[in-house]
Amino acid sequence: MKELRLMKGNEAIAEAAIRYGVDGYFGYPITPQSEILEHLMAEEPYKKTGMVVLQAESEVASINMVYGGAACGKRAMTTSSSPGISLMQEGLSYIAGAELPCLVVNVVRGGPGLGTIQPSQADYFQTTKGGGHGDYRLITLAPASVQEMYDFVALAFELAFKYRNPAMILSDGVIGQVMEKVQIDDYKPRWTDEYIKKSFPWATTGKNPNTPHVIVTSLELDSSKQEQVNIRIQKKYRECEAKEVRYELINCEDAEYLFVAYGSSARICQKAIQLGREKGIKVGLVRPITLWPFPSKILNEMADKVKGMLSVEMSAGQMVEDVLLATKHKIKVEHYGRFGGIIPTPQEVLHALETKIIGG
Amino acid sequence: MTEEIIIAGFGGQGVLSMGKILAYSGIMQNKEVSWMPSYGPEMRGGTSNVTVIISDERISSPVLSVFDTAIILNQQSLDKFEKAVKPGGMLIYDPNGITRHPERKDINIYQIAATDKATELGIAKLFNMIVLGGFLKYKPIIQEEFMRKGLEKSLPARHHNLIPDNLKAITIGGQIIKDYHIL
Repeated sequence: MKELRLMKGNEAIAEAAIRYGVDGYFGYPITPQSEILEHLMAEEPYKKTGMVVLQAESEVASINMVYGGAACGKRAMTTSSSPGISLMQEGLSYIAGAELPCLVVNVVRGGPGLGTIQPSQADYFQTTKGGGHGDYRLITLAPASVQEMYDFVALAFELAFKYRNPAMILSDGVIGQVMEKVQIDDYKPRWTDEYIKKSFPWATTGKNPNTPHVIVTSLELDSSKQEQVNIRIQKKYRECEAKEVRYELINCEDAEYLFVAYGSSARICQKAIQLGREKGIKVGLVRPITLWPFPSKILNEMADKVKGMLSVEMSAGQMVEDVLLATKHKIKVEHYGRFGGIIPTPQEVLHALETKIIGG
Repeated sequence: MTEEIIIAGFGGQGVLSMGKILAYSGIMQNKEVSWMPSYGPEMRGGTSNVTVIISDERISSPVLSVFDTAIILNQQSLDKFEKAVKPGGMLIYDPNGITRHPERKDINIYQIAATDKATELGIAKLFNMIVLGGFLKYKPIIQEEFMRKGLEKSLPARHHNLIPDNLKAITIGGQIIKDYHIL
């Protein structure tokens, strides 16, 4: 039987990284995710699996260390919270441009600016629409439990290596700080240098006279070649959109109304569903697990079955734009959110459904 | 069974660790659990609170605004959370330092003089376990053998010699809790 532990979401990220066989973690502390680096330092994985754990001098340094590790075919990751993630955007664009895999975790806090250390989901645009410059996307996973914080480390790396693209776990202060039951795996060994050399011809693993040059760069001054790079990247993104959409449907079978919510908001909506169904309101939840690629198809299909949807986010209304695009104005779609670190209660979420969608 | 609990008091009273031991014991008894702390300016001094949910079913929101039980250890927390107890719910408080006592008539209220008892017995650090014992008397959602296992899992190995004292403090809590206002 696998071991069960009571862990914070942040600790689960750190523990999963060690046990999955991640090669390097580079990060800089910031609330509400400092437990990730603290847990890694306490566990000393460099003694167990050889994993490097390094507190960098800044977030800019962290993401560039990840860039270096990724260029060598290693599984490299960093974590931060909103203001720190903003500092990493240049690096993320470079890593996407150089077509390298890595994992970045954002435990979102309220902004803009330094904002608050309390939970928020206001980094949706930054994560799914760019953040850094150029035509790139981040494969984005949104965990709604501590178990998913744990499980998505492996999933994010698998997707990142499959598509040679950065993957983001977009969490928030609630999921980072809450403790829940987690099933943890046995330790997996890190990849050997031989395995990396054999599996990833794009990785810089050392040159000898018989092997070709491997150049990792996001720079290409010949526009005709740079266009080909973009075409290749976009082709990869279309494949990712076709194959990697993930979502969960909760109480949707008989639903007349739907919440659309991810992460901690999805948990709050599940409580609002209980309260609503006690009052006879047939409401369900579509929970996007991948925010990019976004589950547009299922939302479009659900729009033929229900009377209205309420997008619930701890933001001023960001994901609601993707819900509107997906449902093509077939039904009423509204947004409800709190921001600045305020977490909506299940009661007020239900009230918003009643006033904005059912009675609206 | 779903029990939604808020535990609130001063930082340093063991509010968070009480919740953690309860949650870990819940896991040992094969329950679903959630433990959500306040982590804002509070943890840097002042009041501290944690929402603990123990359930037989998958837990929906780890963040709540109303509770089945409030365990209250200072005046600020009483002022804030007395109104957050569901009608028919339960409020347990330590009268030490309380100047305005609870006034609700639609909930069960119990007093537990845990601060005084812990001081009297010279076990100030086990104050929170006395309070937990009071809670478990009226909400026996976790059996003693699983409390023991929960303590084993949540305390570092070097403190395992203190587990019998912790269990004793839980028993004492069950003995000294008394009715304040019963429906």
